[in-house]
Amino acid sequence: MRDRGLIYSALALFLGLVTFPAWHNLSAHVTGKGPEVRLPVNAKQCVAPVEYMRTSHMNLLIDWRETVVRTGRRDFTAAGGKHYNMSLTPTCLEQCHGARKDFCDRCHDYAAVSPPCWNCHQDAKAVLRSAK
Amino acid sequence: MKLYGALIAVAAISLAAGLAGSVGALQPLLGIGVPYCALAILLVGLSWRVIRWSRSPVPFRIPTVCGQQISLPWIKSSRLESPHSTLGVIGRMGLEVLLFRSLFRNTRSRIDQGPRLIYGEAKWLWLGAMAFHWSLLVVVLRHLRFVVEPVPAVALWLDGLDGFFHVGVPVLYVTDIVLIAALLYLLVRRLREPQVRFISLFTDYFALFLLLGIALSGIWMRYFARVDAVAVKQLALSLTVFSPSLPKNLSAWFFVHLGLVCTLAAYLPFSKLMHMGGIFLSPTRNLANNNRMKRHVNPWNYPVKVHTYEEWEDEFREKIEAAGLPVEKH
Amino acid sequence: MANPKPEELVQIQYPTPSKGWMDPAVEFRKGTYCYSALARNLNYLGLPNAREWQPFDADWKLPPDWKRIILDGMKERLEKFRSFRLFMDICVRCGACADKCHFYIGSGDPKNMPVVRAELVRSVYRRYFTLSGQLFGALAGARDLTEDVIKEWFYYAHQCTECRRCSVFCPYGIDTAEITMIVRELLNLIGCNINWVLEPAANCFRTGNHLGIQPHGFKDSVDFAVDELEELTGIRVDASINRKGAEVLLVVPSADYFGTPHYYTFLGYLALLHEVGLDYTFSAYASEGGNFGLFNSHEMIKRLNAKIYTEAKRLGVKWILGGECGHMWRVLHQYMDTMNGPADFLEVPVSPVTGTRFENARSTKMVHICEFTADLIHRGKIRLDPARNDRWNVTYHDSCNPARAMGLLEEPRYILRSVCNQFHEMPENTIREQTFCCGSGSGLGTDENFEMRMRGGLPRANAVKYVRDKHGVNLLTCICAIDKATLPPLLEYWVPGVDVAGIHELVGNALVMRGEKERTTDLRGEPIDQKEVAHA
Repeated sequence: MRDRGLIYSALALFLGLVTFPAWHNLSAHVTGKGPEVRLPVNAKQCVAPVEYMRTSHMNLLIDWRETVVRTGRRDFTAAGGKHYNMSLTPTCLEQCHGARKDFCDRCHDYAAVSPPCWNCHQDAKAVLRSAK
Repeated sequence: MKLYGALIAVAAISLAAGLAGSVGALQPLLGIGVPYCALAILLVGLSWRVIRWSRSPVPFRIPTVCGQQISLPWIKSSRLESPHSTLGVIGRMGLEVLLFRSLFRNTRSRIDQGPRLIYGEAKWLWLGAMAFHWSLLVVVLRHLRFVVEPVPAVALWLDGLDGFFHVGVPVLYVTDIVLIAALLYLLVRRLREPQVRFISLFTDYFALFLLLGIALSGIWMRYFARVDAVAVKQLALSLTVFSPSLPKNLSAWFFVHLGLVCTLAAYLPFSKLMHMGGIFLSPTRNLANNNRMKRHVNPWNYPVKVHTYEEWEDEFREKIEAAGLPVEKH
Repeated sequence: MANPKPEELVQIQYPTPSKGWMDPAVEFRKGTYCYSALARNLNYLGLPNAREWQPFDADWKLPPDWKRIILDGMKERLEKFRSFRLFMDICVRCGACADKCHFYIGSGDPKNMPVVRAELVRSVYRRYFTLSGQLFGALAGARDLTEDVIKEWFYYAHQCTECRRCSVFCPYGIDTAEITMIVRELLNLIGCNINWVLEPAANCFRTGNHLGIQPHGFKDSVDFAVDELEELTGIRVDASINRKGAEVLLVVPSADYFGTPHYYTFLGYLALLHEVGLDYTFSAYASEGGNFGLFNSHEMIKRLNAKIYTEAKRLGVKWILGGECGHMWRVLHQYMDTMNGPADFLEVPVSPVTGTRFENARSTKMVHICEFTADLIHRGKIRLDPARNDRWNVTYHDSCNPARAMGLLEEPRYILRSVCNQFHEMPENTIREQTFCCGSGSGLGTDENFEMRMRGGLPRANAVKYVRDKHGVNLLTCICAIDKATLPPLLEYWVPGVDVAGIHELVGNALVMRGEKERTTDLRGEPIDQKEVAHA
């Protein structure tokens, strides 16, 4: 039939679209290794276990934000008894993780997450650089 | 039986996937073997179905015409409801596929004493179907962020649009809510409307429960069970480049979601869900109403036994002549 | 047998038994089915398994290998018709079609929902042609093919008039008419036909028309009409038959020259074509535009249709003009050119009166008389006195096939507005592409099927009742021969006081012919203005 060419072209296009990730990733030499994150050099322990932080750090940060904004208290006691100042830039970034692009953004870009943190908070290293 | 059978089947698949996903040794099977198999069945099965449709010819041009034909130049023809050109057909198909034109026509009839038949608007099915299909499309496209690196702009854009309201962390997707609501509506409609319940088969419920299971497990994973998205993407990318490796920290919930998706993929070619491809081939919609303008050829048109003029004249010659009508042979 | 009264019939329940639809048992209750085809008709047409039997018999005397015949027939048709294969595969049972069928609305029988009528076939398709059906049986919606299923198919394939209304509403365009046509073809393979289809088909094959009128009878009918028209108008028209060298071959449904009220439409054609001086001829060999093959099998459509082009070629006409008929135009518009074309021996139709070239018919070379007449009126080629139709308050019934197979919607309305002064549309859900069937189409218009016809016609009749009560409508016009035959009893049953007429009857009434005598009566021979006459 005369329409078979059209049908098969459309089918091929559909199959091409469905398998697009494979074509794209193979030609772009993508691997399953995952993002490389620059780990802190001067600290071994985060404010909570790594497994928890990996999936739920956003909840902790939201808790911090609400506690600080609503009560003014800034003291956070970690499970190990250690105290932290609840503050994204001075504590998380400046004390341990450094520039957001070396740590936060690595995973956020990888998983296409764009949290609104940086609408308000500042990137520590960038601030320091511009101050110099 | 059909309803509960379908519910039990979907629950059993979820449970099996979840249990197997919590056993380390079974994870490679579930995370690597099953997705590859399911995708292969989907692609091969779907192609096979479409090819089989294509192998049956369209012997006659049989559009269902829903508007004025093209005839005299001063009568306005309906280019979309009675298309006479390829462009018109594309327009009609576009309306059908993208906006569910025919379903939009839906009415509801009832009979009152008198008797009086009354036809009312019935757009809920159209709305539910639109809500379901469009949210599903957005959800599927959003998942591009897991299978393509770097993440394509369209996925980022859809992500931003879908999370526009910035409610909660992680951001709540509007389509998650719409998808679940639409599926629940379709399910409730199937159960509540006596006619629709009467015509429903096991497969109708199964497809709905499967999709509901997929949507709910996805939502649960994202908002409550907190699956490690980076690990999920590592697995997905490794699968796409055919060097599968299983990250350590994948939770059982992820395997429930994946198991249900794989079930859907493998089931699709054998089910009514093939309407996705079939709608494009429907001869009452994808043909132009230009029958008398352009001859349609039937590839298997064969000669048939007819009563020829000569046979007819031979049989009735005396009567024809007696009536004073002309004949070929005297 | 007394037919049920309207007030009894209208007590319609819409049950949805919890046990579902898979049990094939049907009861052949008088008034709801058609009698079997007589053996002589099958024999004449060379169709299989001619025998004495009736649907209510326990033993249908099927051939011993009936099951193999049906399954082979299904396989063959799945491979020949994409429509059939696709429509077996893609229904999602959304139910949008359920209450769109006039037989479901009128009977309440859940198996008359188009989706279920199709599922009766799909279940067998699944069982024998799909993996899931073979593996999971009833769970996958599959059923075994049994003799009871054949009886059920027969019953419900003859409670579908192939009107295609459901197909308008289906999101995938699934056309129950297509499924019904295939099922009737399959039943035909084992000799399960109805006489109301096969007798006209056999007649048509032999004599050239459904009614079995032989050439001299055809001549008599036409002559009689010419005489009658002379009496009414004082003008003697020339209506030639089998005349070689005419410009146009006119093909009309045979009921037009043999049935009432079709006959008045026939007079209308004669008057109009004489007035505009069209050089046309009838054919006694192709003396039927209708095609009951459509209700039997695709092959039979082609067998009966072949004579139109054959005769056009033999007579050497330039193009063909077709009268008012519904399913006839489904065949002419959607099948004829494909089956029996190409008509390369004809010319693109041009109206010799107006010079209009009918580009929309440039391949098939056949023009609908409503297209022809609308063009005449629009170009001001005929004088009309719509007041002559003042005794009629008119509404228009879109006949299924001209509406949903052709899209012939505006031409008849334009004509009507030109030839009468009072015209009112029925409610919009019941006209144009959403029009309701008369309930007797596709060969079901037989007396023994009376109850089912009245049920199937209820939605149409009810819409007529609405305009009768609201606007005082007293005439339902239509352009279908089956309509003209079956709407009068339908309206008499549900909406007494409304007559039925063809469009060209009203054209003939309104037409002011050159040299005509003063018209005191319309084409029915009834006084033109009853009020005046009453006062006189």
